Amino acid sequence: MTKEVLLVEDSPGDVRLTLEAFRDVGIDVHLHVAVDGVEAVAFLNQEGTYASAPRPDFILLDLNLPKMDGRQVLARIKNDESLKTIPTVILTTSDAAADVANSYQLQANCYLTKPVQLDEFEALVKSISDFWLRKVKLPRPVQ
Amino acid sequence: MPLEILLVEDSPGDVRLTQEAFRIAGKRINLNVATDGVAAMEFLRREGVHGEAPRPDFILLDLNLPKMDGREVLAHIKEDEELKTIPTIILTTSEAEVDILRSYKLQANCYLNKPVQLEAFEFLVKTVNEFWLTLARLPPRETVV
Repeated sequence: MTKEVLLVEDSPGDVRLTLEAFRDVGIDVHLHVAVDGVEAVAFLNQEGTYASAPRPDFILLDLNLPKMDGRQVLARIKNDESLKTIPTVILTTSDAAADVANSYQLQANCYLTKPVQLDEFEALVKSISDFWLRKVKLPRPVQ
Repeated sequence: MPLEILLVEDSPGDVRLTQEAFRIAGKRINLNVATDGVAAMEFLRREGVHGEAPRPDFILLDLNLPKMDGREVLAHIKEDEELKTIPTIILTTSEAEVDILRSYKLQANCYLNKPVQLEAFEFLVKTVNEFWLTLARLPPRETVV
């Protein structure tokens, strides 16, 4: 079964690398990209042009985003009874202790920092997809 | 400083395997074991004999436990402002959709099935160790928010 993944990321380079890393892992994935927080929330709430967007099985969320910050997006997800069960993993360049603590406080499922090196970034995305999309049991969406 | 892990598991065999898998992984880890849900909560709340217990950096929680069920332990952890930030991973033989969904509803950080085969179990513990204890950032020990 194809897994629906929502990647919330404003850097085109990181989007590209993530797409490639997911493809290399060979898991059947539909990767949807939202380039800012407002778009991510619209996608999740199936608003406007996203009326027929699928419910993601898994969310990869950057913290520093235009329009609406990733911290706010995370809070929206985890305060929503229907969306809160979607595993939401923070993938960000910030390694500030306050961001780590605050994300876990908001009930992010996991926090990872983006390595600066390209090959390390690729390896990390592969580990994320292998662990979360292969090993972990994801909740089955409630219809 | 070693990482403090709380393993909540009633099967002595699984405790032993987990200990060995972590030891092979070679990380500096203190594996604290609670064999039922009541003991787990006493450890986390530093009650009774656990007055000096460290705050775990990471929790591995079975669902089917004596005295107090893992589902209840999870709910207690995630309702507690102090404890809710500790990444809590469900590791259980239950494959029931209702258990998976309920665990995520209660904000378990992730849900894993215990493989029956010894080697597969060891491999899974190794993977958990690599992903959560090497790649992932765990919350800081002191509250900074």
